[in-house]
Amino acid sequence: MTATLTTPVVTRTIDARGSFCPGPLMELIRAIREAAVGDVLEVYSTDAGSRNDIPKWVEKAGHRLVGIETRDGFDAIVVEKLR
Amino acid sequence: MQRVVILGGGVGGTLTANLLVRKLRSRIEQDKVSVTVVDQTGAHVYQPGFMYIAFGAEQEKHLKRPERTLLDRDVHLVVSEVTRIDESSQEVVLANGQNLPYDYLVLATGSRITPEELPFFDQEAHHFYTAGAAARLREALDAFTGGRIVVAIAGMPYKCPPAPLEVSLLIEAELRKRKIREQSEVHFCSPIGRAFTIETVSEMVTPIMERKGVQIHTFFNVEQIDPDRKVIVSLEGEELPYDLLILVPPHHGAKFLVDSGLAPAPGGWLPTDRHTLQVGGRPNVFALGDATDLPLSKAGSTAHFEAPVVAEQVASAVKGIAPDMKTGNYEGNVMCFFETGDNRGTLLQFDYEHPPHPPTPNRLWHYGKLIFNRVYWFTVPQGRV
Repeated sequence: MTATLTTPVVTRTIDARGSFCPGPLMELIRAIREAAVGDVLEVYSTDAGSRNDIPKWVEKAGHRLVGIETRDGFDAIVVEKLR
Repeated sequence: MQRVVILGGGVGGTLTANLLVRKLRSRIEQDKVSVTVVDQTGAHVYQPGFMYIAFGAEQEKHLKRPERTLLDRDVHLVVSEVTRIDESSQEVVLANGQNLPYDYLVLATGSRITPEELPFFDQEAHHFYTAGAAARLREALDAFTGGRIVVAIAGMPYKCPPAPLEVSLLIEAELRKRKIREQSEVHFCSPIGRAFTIETVSEMVTPIMERKGVQIHTFFNVEQIDPDRKVIVSLEGEELPYDLLILVPPHHGAKFLVDSGLAPAPGGWLPTDRHTLQVGGRPNVFALGDATDLPLSKAGSTAHFEAPVVAEQVASAVKGIAPDMKTGNYEGNVMCFFETGDNRGTLLQFDYEHPPHPPTPNRLWHYGKLIFNRVYWFTVPQGRV
């Protein structure tokens, strides 16, 4: 999945590159818990598994996956907090 | 006189202070430099031991020593709470009325638990993040004769990511030993889509949990406790009933860091450079251990590996030279023991570039952890390992 990341505007970026523990998804969950409804969060991950496990959690938790963009050696995964 | 002030007398603050005076000894003896640690209690606490209290294998008295006894003679110790940091005047304002001016500031202020954030936590849930709470959990386990034990996580981030999983496995082993396993259920709620965040560890531990009948609930982040129905509710919208509830409480950074404008609310974690450990681009302020916002395990081990980096950064700045690029560059090193029950454990060792490849759980790493718990006092704070 690929999307343009220019819209909506990213509220906060979480740099979880190189994070094996707690890992990018746990860092995203932390940020979502701290965020307000409508905030758009962008998490950077070098863990290939994030492309699967972050969208799965986002769907289960009722938020919106805005997009995933592969950049220079990492993925930028953008999520909007919906509730 | 150049003044280095270190806030926090835990692993990170103590080790940084001791390493710094070694690097700056002659300047300290000539009164050109001072190194001061500020700690709110004056007692150094070995927090990894708390979990063992819950299993009757440790006592609080073995987990606490006077901070003074762990510090080099050339380190000043001030026992006081910190009220705020005044960056404009470069002073730390203390609750005891004293103001400590600094030229270099090291923030090793750790994390604090806030169970009160979750309604009914104190009434319904146990945890093992203080010695007292772990002792109360021990009493609850002693009184437990059967039913459903649920271990779950009520906030992110939290200290020692493997700990709740370890507790699930240790409880299962204890129930078997006490011959009440058949009338009991052990449930572990993982915040993510597998048992543990590190895939290799998850692949290793999941079959162990399945063999032992520890039930895994994935994508379960606790949001509410319903005390009337004795259920926990996840932010993903699921419910799970409990008879004995063990929850990892929410954690935050020190409040005065938010009040002083160094860390953002609500988390209170310091924005820290992942390699230099500088805070928010400030050339003279550094952070380590739980206090940072780095995507790393909040664990003593992280602080242990970060302290030499901060010591090198500060010492070179004091000397007016460039830091050594090897010693003064943090690569994300962490090393953690992982108890899997039945006197077996494994070891997780990783950095930003290299994931862990834990050995099959064995007795060596279980007893290695127990030995480490004892020799800690003579090795880590002094920088001997």
